[in-house]
Amino acid sequence: MKYWLLATLVVALYFLHQDYWFWHSARPLVFGFVPIGLFYHGVYSLAVSVVMWVLIRFAWPEHLESETVGTETTGPDRNTP
Amino acid sequence: MIPALIVFAYLGLVLYIGIGAGRRGSGDGAAEGYFLADRSLGQYVFLLSLFGTNMTAFTILGSAGHAFANGVVTYGLMGSSSAFLIPLTLYLFGTRVWALGKRHGFITPVQMYRDRWECGHIGTAIFAIQATLLVPYIVIAVMGGGTTLSAVSGGVVPYWFGGLVVAAVVMSYVFFGGMRGTAWVNTFQTVLFLAFGAAAIIFIGVSVGGFPQAMERLLDAPDSAPLLTRERVPPKFFFSYMLIPLSSIMFPHISIFCLTARKMSQFKKTVVFYPLCILAIWLPCTFLGLTANAMTDVPGIESKLEARATLAAEHETLSSVETTELQRAAAGDDVIILMLDYYAPLWLAGLLGAGIMAAVMASDSQILALSTMFAEDVFAYYGGASRFGSVVQVQTGRMFVVLIALVAYAIALQAPPGIFSIAVQYAFSGFATLLPLLIAALFWKGSTKWGALAVVVWTGVTMTAIAVLQAVVAAPPPGTVVSILSVGGVDLVTRTPGGTDVLGFMPVLPMLVGSSLLMILVSWLTPKPKPETLARYFSDSRRAG
Repeated sequence: MKYWLLATLVVALYFLHQDYWFWHSARPLVFGFVPIGLFYHGVYSLAVSVVMWVLIRFAWPEHLESETVGTETTGPDRNTP
Repeated sequence: MIPALIVFAYLGLVLYIGIGAGRRGSGDGAAEGYFLADRSLGQYVFLLSLFGTNMTAFTILGSAGHAFANGVVTYGLMGSSSAFLIPLTLYLFGTRVWALGKRHGFITPVQMYRDRWECGHIGTAIFAIQATLLVPYIVIAVMGGGTTLSAVSGGVVPYWFGGLVVAAVVMSYVFFGGMRGTAWVNTFQTVLFLAFGAAAIIFIGVSVGGFPQAMERLLDAPDSAPLLTRERVPPKFFFSYMLIPLSSIMFPHISIFCLTARKMSQFKKTVVFYPLCILAIWLPCTFLGLTANAMTDVPGIESKLEARATLAAEHETLSSVETTELQRAAAGDDVIILMLDYYAPLWLAGLLGAGIMAAVMASDSQILALSTMFAEDVFAYYGGASRFGSVVQVQTGRMFVVLIALVAYAIALQAPPGIFSIAVQYAFSGFATLLPLLIAALFWKGSTKWGALAVVVWTGVTMTAIAVLQAVVAAPPPGTVVSILSVGGVDLVTRTPGGTDVLGFMPVLPMLVGSSLLMILVSWLTPKPKPETLARYFSDSRRAG
């Protein structure tokens, strides 16, 4: 369930990038000089950072690191033809 | 000349940092030490260096130039899409590449593909296509170095000498410093660019009489008002451009860099802070590029705006030569340099020039990646390391660094500027098309070496087809398209002023769909790797065994 929620969050972020609603709008100018479409994508970048924090907080692939402990020499020679 | 002297001092400092950091390594002459900094980079160097590696001349100067011509859409196209997809791919794929590298001792992605799919020469084919796509990037960095040094010195430093200096500095610290030196230089450069980017915004904002006034001037003029919206870019193009940042993790210098982290947890800060770094650099560059349209008092910018206006008004009567000349005159890749030259005091222009230089010199990681791949995937794989030993292998990698720098400089002296900008565009689409290789290797047990070969061939063929098409059919004037292939009145393939469209989408969309389908279909029909090989990559296969 947790992973479905996180996947939905990522997919939602993908669709939020396609912001047709500000396509033809320059106004309002946020802070008096930032066009709304540009401001939206600036805020979007902040939202991405938050979602990335949520991903590493709740779905960090810890097992990958633990699998490497003590196994560095068990693999094949990296350049064996 | 003062800005040029500051830039030269900066280059000396970079050389000192790169070579000095390289000496702090284990010093045993082993390949992992030189090519991967002994897999020992700390979290802040990992974040800042990885980000700096992605910030090239093309992204910094090119983004401002793109915003100058197309407006605010630039940040959504290139900035926020990268802010989303690059950390996501690092989280999903970069961590797994790190773990496999740590477990099996891989130094390059090709070593992983060879082992994962039990193949040899198909791995060499993957090396060949990755190397081919990477070379234009290195050349354009040398060209950017020559142009920047020439610009900040007011023409006192000629282009050929500027390019030579940049190539020599990069070559030296990569040669002596290896991955450790390159990582520390990239870290220093990223900090510098972040710090002085803010200074550029403040100085230019004050000089232009305040940004609100500049925006109102742009909105009042019918020619420039659309730049504050996204009217000039079709939604289909915007949608398909979102696939371009998927190329990042497939660039060899990025995937090799994933192997340098000391612990996997060092990806955490990178994944969270990467979007913020993008915001801090790309948004100001986009905004400054947009604002340049209001700076008609800057001589260089005024002539660009005049060229653009002539193109728009007279494109139906212009010859192709005149159109090309005007397109070149209207190009905005140097608008940030022109603004700094005009508005910033001399000392600040020099420091900011050094900041721009930092971005221009991002070719160091690419040169090191090519050298690493040659030393590991060709020299060592075909018997060089076992015959001559690890020390000779590292020396071979170093010699390859010198060779790449010399070749890149020679090409940069001869090539017209436009050619490599186009080649870099191909590189993004090409690396994005190769993404199914990585996804299949990491997540799909059923994938095979023949599926991988199909992806490589498809990428090569489609890239060549687009290159030939764009060479044969000249770019039409802005606002027009040329139909290349249509069925039943529907344009399937069109030549546009900026490149080629397929059903209105960028070519990367059908290219990526095609390579994904080929990987699935061909793998389905061909023999799978042995169970013991799969067991090394998939924990459920290990348990079943």
